[in-house]
Parts: sequence; structure tokens; C-alpha cells
Amino acid sequence: MLEIEGLQVAYGAIRAVRDVSLTLAEGELVTLLGANGAGKSSTLMCVAGALPAAAGSIRLERAEVTSARPEVMARRGVATVPETRDVFSDLTVDENLQLGAYTRRNDSQGVAKDRGRMFEMFPVLAERSDQPAGTLSGGEQQMLVIARAMMSRPRILLLDEPSLGLAPTIVDQIFEMIATLKASGLTILLVEQNASKALAVADRAYVMRLGQIAAEGTAAEIAAATDLKALYLAG
Amino acid sequence: MIDVLSLGGAYALMALGLVIVYGILRLVNFAYGELIMVAGYSMYLVSGSGLPWLVMAAIAVLMAILAGIATDYVAFRPVRAKSVTAVLITSFAFSTLLQNAALLFISPRPRNVPLPKIFSETVQFAGVITPARNLITIAAAVLLLALFSWLMRRSVLGIAMRAAATNFTMARMLGVPANLIISSAFAISGLLAGVVSMLWIGRIGAVVPGIGLEPLLIAFIATVIGGMRSLQGAVLGGFLLAFMDTTLNFTLPQDLLKFRDAFTFSLVILILLWRPQGLIKGPASGERT
Repeated sequence: MLEIEGLQVAYGAIRAVRDVSLTLAEGELVTLLGANGAGKSSTLMCVAGALPAAAGSIRLERAEVTSARPEVMARRGVATVPETRDVFSDLTVDENLQLGAYTRRNDSQGVAKDRGRMFEMFPVLAERSDQPAGTLSGGEQQMLVIARAMMSRPRILLLDEPSLGLAPTIVDQIFEMIATLKASGLTILLVEQNASKALAVADRAYVMRLGQIAAEGTAAEIAAATDLKALYLAG
Repeated sequence: MIDVLSLGGAYALMALGLVIVYGILRLVNFAYGELIMVAGYSMYLVSGSGLPWLVMAAIAVLMAILAGIATDYVAFRPVRAKSVTAVLITSFAFSTLLQNAALLFISPRPRNVPLPKIFSETVQFAGVITPARNLITIAAAVLLLALFSWLMRRSVLGIAMRAAATNFTMARMLGVPANLIISSAFAISGLLAGVVSMLWIGRIGAVVPGIGLEPLLIAFIATVIGGMRSLQGAVLGGFLLAFMDTTLNFTLPQDLLKFRDAFTFSLVILILLWRPQGLIKGPASGERT
């Protein structure tokens, strides 16, 4: 479904992503692991259209989308949850969700139904639906941005470090959520630093180091790899 | 009191027109004053047509809206991604271009603008005698502010614009089309400028190429004291500025009256020393688009 080949992303002279190739089949949950600065988020943001690719190609369902703008990727069914969460803090929880369904704004019945579903899946959001999103806790904001991404009924979900800065119990909740989403058939590309949590839900994994893929395999293979620590820390 | 409300309403609309573009783009549209000028001159140009005043005014406002959108295409879009300084210069250049166009193709001398008779009539309201124009300004301001508030809060476009003002890239990742949002902001800016123009020129009766300068300055100052990223701040700033101006008008001794602006600006400086970010905090500062 998603094919990345020879991707390069640069910030000026700094090459954050040197040569990344990966694939993501429909219904798979693939996780991109690696230490800080390995280039995982840059890869994800490039797929989302938020960062330009310096070289290489990205194909979504066989269509070339390497230099597509974020709006175009969203319309193609790509939903992104960035590392920075990026709730719209002045908008209410409800308004955030409404905006998540922007690409489906003409289907008001469908949107209303999905809103109900999100509130069922995330009861805390229902409680706080009229509060400005900025008043939510970190874990609640993470739930909000995942729910907001789901409002567009995406074909593929890009998740960037959902566990970042969250307490372990909340992290467990989030990953349960992710497992549920995967079970419903959603295709997910998950960037994570928390390797054990990510490998527990993933089908396959790639490990990045210094902008390149250092290892790839099934989740079981990567979990068993003894040099995982070396890959992380030596980078 | 009515004076303050009427002037405040006009100032608030001016400030809002400026802030709506600044909030989303983080860029000041220096050609904003010229939108007011365009509306004024459009009014002058159609004045011979014999149409009813409201129709002429509607045409003038429409021209301001178009000029607003044109400002985006001419001065902002080509350089937006390149550099902040470039945009400042291009919008300033566009402003000069428009002013000189009016100067060359129409006239450097003031041109009379038709006003409805009702503007100069006086009425008695709540025990005070005041020009009807003031009441109309208040009504127009209230109406527009209410409309604007509804737009921002209840319509998809408004919510998308508020989101874009907070985090433009994230909004785009949800599918919000960047260009549409920006054009809408400029169009609304033009609408507000157009209406303000009709009310502002109503006080003067004539239009000159430089007519946009004072409203631009007022809008800028009102926005700065109110909070540059906040829509409510712009409105508050407008009313506050009007209050300061009117109060000084009444309280300053005769020989100091010509220094009224100096007093106003001194008060502005004091406000900014106390609250440099303005009175109302806007959305968390995001990246420039």
C-alpha cells in the first residue's frame, strides 16, 4: 500500500534521512524504531507531506505522492498524528474532532455517527467535549489527536511517538487503543522510541540509525535481536 | 458615550480586518489601508451612475474584497514561503502602487464621495443629540462583529481558520486547503475594510490617496494593545483606543489638544510596558506559514 524507496530528507545541509526504503501492506502495522535523531519522524513527516523529500520516491497505492502537499495526502486517506500532538488548543475538543472530519464535511450524518463512536471509544473526550483542547492532560490530548485522525476514516494512519511524555499506565491505554485500531483492519505506520511496546503490537519493524535502515524484519525477529541495544545506543 | 461606542466600533472593525490576516499568516498587510482607499475611490467612480446609495456602497465593498484577494496574489503568495522581510516589502510596495495609481489615474486632490443624507442628520437618542451616522456605525459594527463571531465559531470555514491560525501545518494535514483559508482571510479583511471605509469616509466626505494611512495606524495600534494574535483582543483594543482618544478630546486643556495623539501614544506605550504581548493572549505561538 505504501512504498518508500531511497528517501532522503534534509534540513538545509543536515541530512536527517539518508536512504530509507520501506513497505507497508494493507492492514499491517509496521513500526519504525530507533534512537533520538535517527530520522524516524522526518521520514513520517515526509510521507505526510509536511516535509519535502530531497530525493527518492513515495508511492501510495501505486500513485506517486513524493511531493504531495499535506492537504492532498489527507484527501488520499492519510491521517497523521505528529510527535508534537498539535491539538488546536483554543478550539474545543468537539471542534477539534469536527475539523478532523474536514475531508468528509459534506457527510454530516456520517460525521455525527463517527463523533459518537469516538466518544464511546474515548469516554474522557465526551466528558470534556466543550473544553478547550489545551486544558486536557497529555494523555487526553494524545487520545484526542488519535480520535481526530480517525474522524477522517483514513486508509492509513501515521503515528509519531504516541507514548512520548506519558505516564506508563496511560501509555498502556494508548497502545491498547492502537491494538484495537489494528484489529479493525487499519493500516498503521508507527514511529516509536519505546521499542518493546511497539514490537508487541507490530507485524513488522524497521530499525533506523543515522538516517538509514539498520535492520528490518518481523516484530518477533527484531524483538529477539540481541544487538538492538547496540543499534539504539551506538547511534 | 455614543461617540466612544461609534468610534470604538469603527476602530474595532479596522483592527479586526488587520488581525484576521495576521493571525493566520503572522504577517502584517501593509496594503490594508489601501483597501479602504479602493472602496472610497470606487464609490467616487460610481457616484455619477445614479444608483441608490446602498447599491453603490455594496459595489465599493465588493471592490475592497477583490482588492484584498488581489493583495494576496500580488504581494503575498509569490514571496510567502521565501522570507518575512520580502513580504513586508512587497505589501508595502503594493500599498504605494495602489496609492500612486489613485494619484495618477484619478487625482491627488480630494474627491467628494456621495453620502446618504441620513448620515448628516441628527437624531435624539437616549437624551443625547448625535449624528445619525454614529448610530449607524454602532449598528453596523455590532452586526458585523456578530456575523464575524458566528462565522468563526459555528462555520466550518471559521473553525478551519482558527485552527490554521494556531497551527497551519497541522490544519493542512487534516485536509484544510491552505490557499482557500488564506484567500478567505484576505476576502474578509477586504469586507471589513470596505464597510469601515463607508463609515470612515462618512465622517470626512471625501477621499484622498493617503486616506488609508490613518486607519492602518489605528488598526495596528489597536491590535498591538489588544493582543496581536487574538480576535477578541483586536476588538477590545479598538474600543480602548477609541475610549482613550475621546476621553483625551474632552479632558485635555485647549492648548494641549493638538498634542492629543502624543498623549494617546504615551498611554499605548504604558499599556505595552505593562503587558507587552497585548491585553488578551492569543493562541500559542506557532510557526510562520
